[in-house]
Order: sequence, then structure tokens, then C-alpha cells
Amino acid sequence: MNVSLPTQQRRDPTRGDAPVLELRDAAVRVGGRTLWSGVDLAIGPGEFTAVLGPNGVGKSTLLKAVLGLQSLASGEIRVLGAPPGQAGRAVGYLPQRRSFDPSLRIRGRDIVGLGLDGDRWGVPLPVPARFSARRRAAQRRIAEVIELVGASAYADRPIGQCSGGEQQRLLIAQALCRRPDVLLLDEPLDSLDLPNQAAVARLIGRICCEECVSVVMVAHDVNPILSYLDRVVYLAEGGAATGTPREVITSETLTKLYGTPVEVLRTSDGRLVVVGGPEAPALHTDRHEDDRRAEAGHADDRAPEGSAHAAR
Amino acid sequence: MPLADAATAPWSWNPLTDVQLMWSYPFMVNAFRAGAVIAVLAAAVGWFVVLRRQTFAAHTLAVVGFPGASGAVLVGVAAGYGYFAFCLAAAVVIALIPGAGQGRGEESALTGTVQAFLLACGFLFVALYKGFLGGVNALLFGSFLGISDGQVALLAVVAAVVLAALAAVGRPLLFASVDTSVAAARGVPVRALSTVFLVLLGAATAEASQITGSLLVFALLVMPAATAQLLSARPVVSLPLGMLIGVAVSWLGLTAAYFSPYPVGFYVTSFAFGTYVLARLWRSARTARSSRAAAGESRPRPAAERPAAPAGRAAA
Repeated sequence: MNVSLPTQQRRDPTRGDAPVLELRDAAVRVGGRTLWSGVDLAIGPGEFTAVLGPNGVGKSTLLKAVLGLQSLASGEIRVLGAPPGQAGRAVGYLPQRRSFDPSLRIRGRDIVGLGLDGDRWGVPLPVPARFSARRRAAQRRIAEVIELVGASAYADRPIGQCSGGEQQRLLIAQALCRRPDVLLLDEPLDSLDLPNQAAVARLIGRICCEECVSVVMVAHDVNPILSYLDRVVYLAEGGAATGTPREVITSETLTKLYGTPVEVLRTSDGRLVVVGGPEAPALHTDRHEDDRRAEAGHADDRAPEGSAHAAR
Repeated sequence: MPLADAATAPWSWNPLTDVQLMWSYPFMVNAFRAGAVIAVLAAAVGWFVVLRRQTFAAHTLAVVGFPGASGAVLVGVAAGYGYFAFCLAAAVVIALIPGAGQGRGEESALTGTVQAFLLACGFLFVALYKGFLGGVNALLFGSFLGISDGQVALLAVVAAVVLAALAAVGRPLLFASVDTSVAAARGVPVRALSTVFLVLLGAATAEASQITGSLLVFALLVMPAATAQLLSARPVVSLPLGMLIGVAVSWLGLTAAYFSPYPVGFYVTSFAFGTYVLARLWRSARTARSSRAAAGESRPRPAAERPAAPAGRAAA
């Protein structure tokens, strides 16, 4: 099911058409239980991939495996041709939604700057920027990514006082600071209101094309990002389906994947609704509880997303 | 100590002669030196304490310093060594509690239990050391008497080492403090950094205790840094600003205590508290003004677009 799509310009000429991120027959076991297995995936430069699947199936774990924070039970992951965890600055990561404490008094701009050099030891010497070429370059880059995500208006406010959508944009800017080749986003649209979801989705789609960054995004709802997607990974207990959204989000593929009748409906405005599975997913507020349970290896029921899409 | 009692000197309203008078006593000069060293160190470490929300850990370390100091006096060693020994040991112990660094370990019931027990031990040591009148007050609420040249040198050396270590881990520590998960994904050793920071905090707490006593360490450890963070959201500004506030507050406190019969701990804490309250007021006044400005900016526009609207509302 892996179709290598033609993509835009390549960033690194020495690597040619080689995939930026490659999973070969990858499987992960957590707490003695196989979360998913048989994931085959090859993502080219500048492609936008969504990782979908029911609650607690291990979507975030897939990102952790790519980061090298979770070891595989079998198979292989290559990030830019290297084992996971060694690509370093080529991988940008945005963990599942954190919101900053309202009383945290650090500017958004400084948080973004940590994405550039936050892991360097020492402290910057307090010399004015005009005496330090490196400092000037850093400030330029930070201003650039802030401009890119459209956060210039509030980048100098303490980040705790920014809204959820504003914080999310600043965090995307932080992840983009070092010009990563791969950007891993864990539910970046989670807990944003609908207009903000659409705006952030548009932003990510634009970054993907303009900056030629391969984005892998864990998503709960495929609809806000559907029009920007090149590729979809649908995870299920034990298995996975990979391909373009048209190939994967179909009644046949999902029915086969879950072994239970699943129907995919398309609304008049092009939104997809996945119906099926014996039980509809729990309330949104319970989802993280489920994820945590799954990570502890206790989740039992595995149903594909049901009417939640329709509800949105 | 009798020197100090005699030295409740009259305030002459001539700052120059007042300072000259005060600094004619070596113990006052040493107190000012120690105050500056301690204030700078405490503000720098405290800046991270405020950011990491580890004030409970800081308080625990400070309380644990009390049995250390009273025990040291009991066995005939300078109280300063007792502070250092106990605070540093406690820092290592807290770091070993699972979940430390995420604000859970140091807030566990275990910490509270051990803290109370050690405080009681300190009280026992004081009782065992007969003739130690007024000593409890000094250990709990601070004193600036009897700081020798050697102790100032020790304080300065420890402060230099701690500040150097803090500078070496500064940026990753900031990253790990505000954004733990991304920092960890970037390869920042989050867990190790939180241990290192606790040890540095232990040293800073031990130093601050020597001026403010065990119970008032927040006056130098938390208040100046919190005030500075209220005044500026830029680390480049708020970090040195906190040090400046700390030095100002402790020197003012020493001066006030010299010219009045009341203890230094009270003055240092009150000045620090006053600065914090002023900063809060200034901050809320600014927020109110900027939100009013934002409201004022948006209000005239619809009115201009729809001139009939107010009239219509009036009619309704």
C-alpha cells in the first residue's frame, strides 16, 4: 500500500529521493502487549502524514519510537538514513498539548529561542547583539520563525498570558527553529476551538510545502487536515494501514484492518465520517485517561473512531 | 555581641556620617560583604526556584538547616558548617526520592514528615546546649553578628562555585524548567539537571540561612527573584534585576537593623516584601491600562461604522 508520491524540491541533494523517514515492519510492545505491528512507511521530503487510529492504540508511541525514546519489538526505523535518536537537530518535536502556567513570566520569544540553542551548555554572555555575529544570526532566525507562524504580534508577551492557539503557534515556531527535516506533532489541534484548529492546520500545511519539512502529525480528527495530507497511517491493534487518504480511509480498508464492519461516509463538503465499531469512543475529556491507561498496558477495547467525527 | 547592643546608634540624617559610623565596625563591614555575596547567589538560584515552582523544596532545605546549625553549635563548630552539611545532604536525599524534579517528590508526605522530625531535633540540640540564650532566634530568624573574615571568604568561595555551576548548566536548565518534554526529546538530561539544581539550591539555602535564619530564607531566595520576574518577562533583564533587588534589600535591612533595636531578619524580609507588593501593584496597574487601551481601541470602530447604532439602542 506504500505508494511513493512525487514531491517538491529536495532539500539535501546528496540524499536524493531517499525517504526522510522510513519504518520497515515496525512493531512496538508496551507492558507485554503489542500496540501495533507491521507498520511500513516511507515519507519523502515535504510530505504531510497523519497518524490516525482509535484511542490508546499507540499513536504517540509511534512518535516516541521515531524520536528513539521507545524501542521497537521488531522491524526498523530510519530517520534520514540513521537509527532513531541520532538525527538530533534534524527532528523537531511538539509533544502532546502542554499549556503554560498563566503565571509563567517568560516571553514567547525566549521560549522559541530555546528551540534554537536550549540544549547548549552555558549561558549566553551578556554582550550586546551588535558585537556578536552568532547572537545576531540567532535573533534573525527567531524573528523569522515567529513571522512564519504569524506570532509577531504577541511574541513579546509572557507566554502564560497567550491563548491556547497563540501558544501552539509559538511552540510550532520553537520546533521549526533549527530547520528540521522532520517535524513530529502530537495532537497539535487538540483543545483548540474550531477556527483555531483550521488556522493551525493551514499553517502546518503551508510550512510543509514552503519549508519542505516532512510533517508527521498524530491526529484525533482527520477533517481539519484532510485537504493538506499526502499520506495517512491508520493504526489498529496488531496492524496498520498506510497510504494516501483516499486509499486508506475507505470502508474496505478499515473494515479489513479492524475485522469489524466500518463505514466511511463523505459529507457534501468533503468531510469524512468514520462510522462503525461496536462502541463509540468515550467523551473527549476521557481520551487522555484512555491514552494513559493504554500506555500502562491496561486498555482493552479497541474500536475505530466512531461518530466523534460526525459530532464535530 | 555586646558590641551590637551598644551599637544601636542614633540615626543622624546625614547618610555619609551614618555609613562611616556603621562601617567603622569590622563586623558591620563583614555583614555587608556577606550580605552582598549571599543576596547575589540567592537571587540567581531563586530565579530558577520561582520558575520551577520549587519553593517547597527550598523551604524544606532551609528548615533542615536548623538542626544542622544548632547541632554544629552543640559540638562546637561554627553554625555555618552545620547549615552547609545538612542542606547539601538533604538536597541529595530529596533528589533521590522518586518523582523529584517534577514537583512531586519534594512535596510528598515523606518530605513533610522528615522535615518536622529534623526541626524537632534542632530544638533538642538547642536545649542540650545550655547557656545558648538568644541563639535559637538567631538560627531561626537571622543575625548578622559575628561573621568573621574567614567566614566571608568561605561564603564567597561557595557562592563562586555555585554560580559557576549554575552558569554552566543555565540554558539547558531553563529549557528543562519551562518545557520538560521538549527538552528531554532534545537530549537535555532533565533528571540529572534537576538533581544538580537541588544540590545548588541546598548550597544557596545554606548561605541565605546565615543572614536570614532558617525560617526567613525566602526573603532572599524567592522574593527578589519573584519581584524581578514580575517586572520583566525577559530572562536577560529579570535575572540581574533580581540580584540587584536582593543586594539592595539586604544592605537596607542591615542598615536599618544597625540603627534600630529590631532584628535584621525582620527588616530584610519586610523590605523584600514591600518591593514585591509594589511590583505586583505596578504589574496589575499596567495590565489594567493595557486592557483598557485594547478595549478603547476596539470600541470606537463599530461606533464609526454604524453611527446609527447608539441612537437605535437609546430608542429601544
